[in-house]
Amino acid sequence: MLEDIRTVIWRDWLVLNRRLGRFILSRMVSPILYLVAFGWGLGSQIQIGGGSYLDFIVPGILALNSMIISFNAVGTPLNMSRLYHKTLEEYQIAPISASSFVIGKIISGIMRGIISSLVIIILAFAFGATLTINGWFWLVLLLNCALFAALGFVAAMLMNSHEEMANFNTYILTPMSFLCATFFSTDRLPLILHYLVEILPLTHASQALRVASQNGYPPWISLGILSGYLVVFLGLGVWQMRHIRN
Amino acid sequence: MIHIKDLIKQYGNRTVLDNVNLSIESGEIFGLLGPNGAGKTTLIRIITMLASYSGGAVTINKLPLPAEAQKIKALLGCVPQHLNLDTELTAWENLELHGRLHHIPTIERRQRIDELLEYVELRDRAAEMVNTFSGGMKRRLMIARALMHRPKILFLDEPTVGLDPQVRRRLWDLILSLNHQGLTVLLTTHYIEEAEALCQRVAILEKGKLVITGRPADLRRKVGEYALEWADADGMKVRFFNERSDAVKFMNSLDTNTTIRNTNLEDVFVELTGRKVKD
Repeated sequence: MLEDIRTVIWRDWLVLNRRLGRFILSRMVSPILYLVAFGWGLGSQIQIGGGSYLDFIVPGILALNSMIISFNAVGTPLNMSRLYHKTLEEYQIAPISASSFVIGKIISGIMRGIISSLVIIILAFAFGATLTINGWFWLVLLLNCALFAALGFVAAMLMNSHEEMANFNTYILTPMSFLCATFFSTDRLPLILHYLVEILPLTHASQALRVASQNGYPPWISLGILSGYLVVFLGLGVWQMRHIRN
Repeated sequence: MIHIKDLIKQYGNRTVLDNVNLSIESGEIFGLLGPNGAGKTTLIRIITMLASYSGGAVTINKLPLPAEAQKIKALLGCVPQHLNLDTELTAWENLELHGRLHHIPTIERRQRIDELLEYVELRDRAAEMVNTFSGGMKRRLMIARALMHRPKILFLDEPTVGLDPQVRRRLWDLILSLNHQGLTVLLTTHYIEEAEALCQRVAILEKGKLVITGRPADLRRKVGEYALEWADADGMKVRFFNERSDAVKFMNSLDTNTTIRNTNLEDVFVELTGRKVKD
């Protein structure tokens, strides 16, 4: 099983490595814009909990960015591979288990999410952020990347066109990007919306990253919820891969 | 080697394969012949475990499908109709990926890649991305990929579709040479000349039903060895004869231009189904 997981990662790393420079450069654009607009521009006039808005917003940007990168690193190519290029068949007819394939793809998604997060962390320090990057911070980031890579897998197997994949982004990821404690505290939301976003994984990723970045321990409930989502999406992905035959 | 019993495949209310019974023996080139939509690709997809089936049973090398899926996968090599090479990888990397997925040890894998790239005449293009390849080169690379793990059975789904005649002939030679080395080949085609050039036995499928199975020569004999064609006010006419002398006698009784030729599998198909293979 480990050998098969390694094979799946090997292929994806080969493709990523070939355009690593372009990947890193393209991942710098949005974070720089966020940091300039919300960190320097708007952030210079705002303080949250006695700290700078830049320090508040960087964990949110990291959670948001790692969500989008990990989701799309798995979702888009897998959906194309299943529907258009048919390269998924190469894995289907190979004597490897469904779980090896799913885990391999999720790790590939994590890889891209973490590389992209590293770019943001370096940029954030360059912009003057004062964050603590400790083990808890990495753990939360890792869980966030993993669960959204797994969600990308589930969506790719579920959606039957490129347009449907784009819609998934529009209706699921975009609202989470803005509402899930990324740019502001969820306390400011109307009560019903507040409770709604509290069950979404990105909220817990943003909040847990924020706590860890200030030398605190992320709440166990947040770690539990992130892990729970990961297990559910992973299970769903394996089930889908096993039942892909039409 | 492959035994298919009462195989049924349904998509909702639509029956795509209807009680198909078929046996393919070790070492033969077996052709599935029929028009588009006859069920050929579905049958191959079921045997290669890319599709499930609704009823019946399939065994490969006495292993039941899908219960023994992992063992069966090691026996099969598959070249689908669509070009499904990984276009983000080079030719060498495509074979390497396949070798790794089939757990071939590193040294053996690297040797096998060199050997197969040589065999399909792509060694000098090994390091190039496959999206720069022509259709014929991609098809040859797909065959090499399917052979990486030394399968016992090779499935070729419309292997020469869209290829020019010279490339098609080269692929035929490749398929025949693989068969001479002992590989069992199951291919689908709607090119009659391809089935006649390659297949020791063929099965004709029409609307999901198996119409007939046999050696091409035996099937032709069932219709008649010779076909006499002529045109009249209603269009082209054809009549079959077992003896050439009978065909000539009938030809002399007609007051129009006629052609006598050997019958082919297209004639068999038209006689049995009333349709043309390319319909």
